[in-house]
Amino acid sequence: MTGRATKTIRVNTLARVEGEGSLYIKLVGERVADVKLKIYEPPRFFEAFLRGRHFSEAPDITARICGICPIAYQMSAVHAIERALGIQITPAVRLLRRLFYCGEWIESHTLHVYMLHAPDFLGYADAIAMAKDHRAVVEKALRLKKIGNRIVQLLGGREIHPISAAVGGFYKVPTEQQLRELVGDLEWALEASLETVRWTASLEFPNFEQDYEFVALCHEREYPFNEGRLVSNRGLDIDTAEYEDHFVELHVKHSNALHSVVRGRDSYLVGPLARFNLNFDKLPETVQRVAIDVGLRPPVKNIFRSIVVRAVELVFACAEALRAIREYEPPASPRAEVHNRIGVGQAITEAPRGILYHRYALDENGKILAAKIVPPTSQNQKRIEDDLREYAPRLVARPIEEATWKCEQAIRSYDPCISCATHFLKLSVDREQITD
Amino acid sequence: MLIIGCGNRQRSDDGAGIVVAEKLRELGIKADTFAGQLADLIEAWTGADDVIVVDVVVTGAPVGTVQTWDARQALISRKAPASTHGLGVAEAIELARVLARLPARLQVYVIEGQRFEHGAKISPELHSGIEEVVHRIVDAVSATVCATYKQDTKECGTPRPGLVEKKACR
Repeated sequence: MTGRATKTIRVNTLARVEGEGSLYIKLVGERVADVKLKIYEPPRFFEAFLRGRHFSEAPDITARICGICPIAYQMSAVHAIERALGIQITPAVRLLRRLFYCGEWIESHTLHVYMLHAPDFLGYADAIAMAKDHRAVVEKALRLKKIGNRIVQLLGGREIHPISAAVGGFYKVPTEQQLRELVGDLEWALEASLETVRWTASLEFPNFEQDYEFVALCHEREYPFNEGRLVSNRGLDIDTAEYEDHFVELHVKHSNALHSVVRGRDSYLVGPLARFNLNFDKLPETVQRVAIDVGLRPPVKNIFRSIVVRAVELVFACAEALRAIREYEPPASPRAEVHNRIGVGQAITEAPRGILYHRYALDENGKILAAKIVPPTSQNQKRIEDDLREYAPRLVARPIEEATWKCEQAIRSYDPCISCATHFLKLSVDREQITD
Repeated sequence: MLIIGCGNRQRSDDGAGIVVAEKLRELGIKADTFAGQLADLIEAWTGADDVIVVDVVVTGAPVGTVQTWDARQALISRKAPASTHGLGVAEAIELARVLARLPARLQVYVIEGQRFEHGAKISPELHSGIEEVVHRIVDAVSATVCATYKQDTKECGTPRPGLVEKKACR
């Protein structure tokens, strides 16, 4: 005789989170019958807000999409519009933009590594519980994040939703002295980041390797922020303007966010693992050595180990920020001259959690006729579901609370751009047990 | 006294804490706004001894209800003061408690909200709550000013001109 029992577990979330998501997994015995990750991404409505606006407004409007990675939105916006208008930025502006991005990576990676992801590995419900036993670790995180904030505030005019990025450059650039004042903090941050790598590498990781298609920017000389071709480990090598020829967004019934897939193939992975695996040789040798010393060599195929890769990128961001400050010479003008013209421009930059695509079509008066934005979390969404389809059957024998936690941990490995990844998930598991 | 209005002006009722700060500024009272992350809130009050934080909550109380917590005395229900900005005010307070980084005095004023979708419109039911919090903070500031004044002069006078013009010192 065969009997079936259905079990549903719901983890309620805080009433207000910046983007809400839920996960539904249906297990029939040890087989995953269904996985649905739902993420509501209101930022997509910005594409409509942008229509009819002057291009100069795009950086400030798109910065409002996300409180965690506003610089990524600003950088993709300005680079896409500059491409449409044929603007060349000065070397000083280019350097400052890299520094700006370093600030965001430091803020974002610190928040995720320490506050959101580390508690999973150490068995704490959240960073507050973790702080009771690891006070020095959390204090270090707060100080690290503050240093990232300082960079963003200096270059962006304020910490949240910065306002200084402009098409052609910045509205205001810092003095050499202002940048030099960051050096002491950044030297401390570099040391703290090195400790972070060693600390994260000492955590225990589930044995879960997948055959991902990694997609990231690749620059000929540098670890990527704002420039490069878009490449993958499966032969993709395109100009960023060709993005929409190779990637397609699909609507799925269960989510307001579109799924992205490689045209003719399937899901793909963007973010730290992809960047690291495709750009390891572009990391400074010292940073490469840091990774190798903790046993991290490309290709890293275990998504849970992304916490270590983020820590390595934290080292890189601190080292790169110091380099940028050393080499900075204020430009003669904070931004290039900009003239209206009809055109279409696309750009991809590397947000902390992966590539962020923008496209703008402009008319002769500089008005935006059309805008398209593809955020990294949208691109990773199907890949997350694919991971869970493989991972959930391994958890079938575990207590449901533990299985739930493990699934959340897997999702958090992607650092989805829902700022409170710790709380965003409502999990429903239908478990049909077949008994003889 | 450091006053911090928390929230997101673009997320309906969540903007109420920001509106409180804006109204206080109109009255000549210095008030900061905060829409950042947990860690940054702790940094924001670092060095301050007397802090008031204003935020919006969902506790099941009637919409617009005002509640006050003395964060030094009571644990803040972390399910209550939810936040659109990631780890929220309640988490910041509890983390600061663990790290011994709470200000000497931290009052939390919360207003019950109901709608948090995108948009700048705050539910009408919250307006009375906003006014109530503004008045309570004005009273608290006046009391602080008077206490300082008394300490300096040994007698009570009127508050500093331009600070809270309509509030008499009690």
